[in-house]
Amino acid sequence: MPTTSEHLTRRDWLVWLGFAALLAVAPMVWRTSFAQTMLSQVGIAIIACLAYNMLLGQGGMLSFGHAVYSGLGSFIAIHALNLAAAGKLGIPVSLMPLVGGLAGLFFAAILGYVTTKKSGTTFAMITLGVGELVASMSLMIPEFFGGEGGIQGNRVFGQPVLGINFGPQIQVYYLIALYCFVSTAAMYAVTRTPLGRILNAVRDNPERVEFIGYSTQHVRYLAFMISGFFSGIAGGLGALNYEIVTSEVVGAARSGGYLLFVFLGGATFFFGPILGAVLLVIALVLLSELTKAWLLYLGIVFLIMVMYAPGGLASLIMMNLRVAAFGKLKRLWRHYIPLTLAGLIALTGAAAMIEMVYHLQLNQALGPSMQFLGLTLDASGAPSWLAALAVFVVGVALFEWVRRGFGREWNRIQDEIAVEIARREAA
Amino acid sequence: MSEATYAVELRDLRKSFGKTEIIRGTSLAVKAGERVAIIGPNGAGKSTLFNLISGRFGPTSGEIHLRGERIDGRAPYEIARRGLARSFQVSNLFTRLSVFENVRCAVLWAMGYRYAFWRFLADLKDANDRAEQVLRMIKLERRRNHLAMNLTYAEQRALEIGITIAGGADVVLLDEPTAGMSRSETSRFVELIREITVGKTLLTVEHDMGVVFGLADKIAVLVYGEVIAFDTPDAVRANPRVQEAYLGSVLGQGH
Repeated sequence: MPTTSEHLTRRDWLVWLGFAALLAVAPMVWRTSFAQTMLSQVGIAIIACLAYNMLLGQGGMLSFGHAVYSGLGSFIAIHALNLAAAGKLGIPVSLMPLVGGLAGLFFAAILGYVTTKKSGTTFAMITLGVGELVASMSLMIPEFFGGEGGIQGNRVFGQPVLGINFGPQIQVYYLIALYCFVSTAAMYAVTRTPLGRILNAVRDNPERVEFIGYSTQHVRYLAFMISGFFSGIAGGLGALNYEIVTSEVVGAARSGGYLLFVFLGGATFFFGPILGAVLLVIALVLLSELTKAWLLYLGIVFLIMVMYAPGGLASLIMMNLRVAAFGKLKRLWRHYIPLTLAGLIALTGAAAMIEMVYHLQLNQALGPSMQFLGLTLDASGAPSWLAALAVFVVGVALFEWVRRGFGREWNRIQDEIAVEIARREAA
Repeated sequence: MSEATYAVELRDLRKSFGKTEIIRGTSLAVKAGERVAIIGPNGAGKSTLFNLISGRFGPTSGEIHLRGERIDGRAPYEIARRGLARSFQVSNLFTRLSVFENVRCAVLWAMGYRYAFWRFLADLKDANDRAEQVLRMIKLERRRNHLAMNLTYAEQRALEIGITIAGGADVVLLDEPTAGMSRSETSRFVELIREITVGKTLLTVEHDMGVVFGLADKIAVLVYGEVIAFDTPDAVRANPRVQEAYLGSVLGQGH
């Protein structure tokens, strides 16, 4: 009888050890201050995205307003930080993220009580409403939210403990890394408890859950509060990291970002949101530097993923690992390389056109000529447009051609795997 | 009712949807340990009756008692916690969880683990043992790690029953457990139902008269929201009113 042990295997321990090592070593490999900034943001985003996925992936709750809990965590934490700096509060800087977490828990307990009364579309609509409510309040109460300028803080005060005063970014990074590891482990642990499993059951079939003794509303509420707690920790870390908290941290754009990147990373696997968090920081920091049209590119990527890979990056990886486990991944490589090349050609054509449009709209004063990948394009001239269009069409055609061969090979492999599994089960 | 209280008792139960009255003054008293089949033509209100007893809907008027305690108007989970479990006519599973997880979820509340998020499932020996035991009872050990949505129809029906009985409820409602099954599957399934409901009070809605007469201690005939007969199988078969209203057409000749 094929039973699988539920205790952590040696491989599981290695994965966790690897995760810890990665967090520890990353800033030693990428030493620039820019890298430290990015890594700090990744650590925070990982906590926030995992907390969000406790609702979306684990509990089937689509929230449009989860920035409320990370954001209010940020605000409470920065106020606490300022009180501590003024000597009115005896909490060390290293525990400020926990203050944020408790704030997130507190607000999730209050607002979530209303939100989680309903599920499905109604739940989504209420979160949207609560999100808008808090976002508009952030402009109405400048005493707490700091108005346009936000609330500033200073994480360096008092005597350093063991030489640590959280002045240098690297010290903040390691604080974030520590919280990130512990929070990730704790959220993973929750998925292996009775509440965690019943939360999955509520996601799959809320009606049936009621007939095996559970109040679905109570399950949703508890999960919402736990999620709010970890979101608040992320918010508290954000307050320490930036030393300023503005009203945009509770805004709809931030909430939408959680949803978008958790989805891109993959909501159906525990580790999916971690990938999503990395993508989030890359998009926010790198892509937005590279092009003004970054939101458009992001939207296109999101659209393609929703249509062709609804399980996100994580499910793409897991599907290929499955193929690899059966020793058949080699057969896919000779498709992946041309697929990537064809995709890049199509992207180059599309990007050239998008950038020309943006150039015409935003940089009119600079004239029609612009730089693109080392080429000079004339945004108002037909030749540039025709060339870009041609590159795009050729890329798409190539992609489609290669994709068909890939699809056939993929299906063949899946059939072979199914046969192999049936053979093993019969044995 | 000075003698022992009934396992399930319905008193003048009524349920209307809009202007249509589906359940029209039903009274029924089921003793503990009895196996009762509820039969009747389509649209008689059999499933509605189950939905009322299990708390899916509240009745318009009347009372429902579970072991002497009034339960009408209570939420399904409150009724489930008092030891009443039900299955569904259309399999109602946790589709993206494994077969084992489906059963274990149904065990957790009864075992007292409730909403615990500070204990690991892997350490809950009694719940895991119970879930494995139920898997053996419903003969799905070999499918243990498959997702519920990947099971065959008959296997899904078995899992549906497994989830229903896993928590150890002593009043079990089965809504058309053998619907859509082949003859051989049905007879195996009746055996299964008999085994797993030993010592329990069973109410089942069933269309297959072979199943009904093979399984039930008593039969309740429901026609247009009213119980027109409630008696032993032989007495029900001989009842002229039942013959006229329903059985004559279904049973026809020589069962």
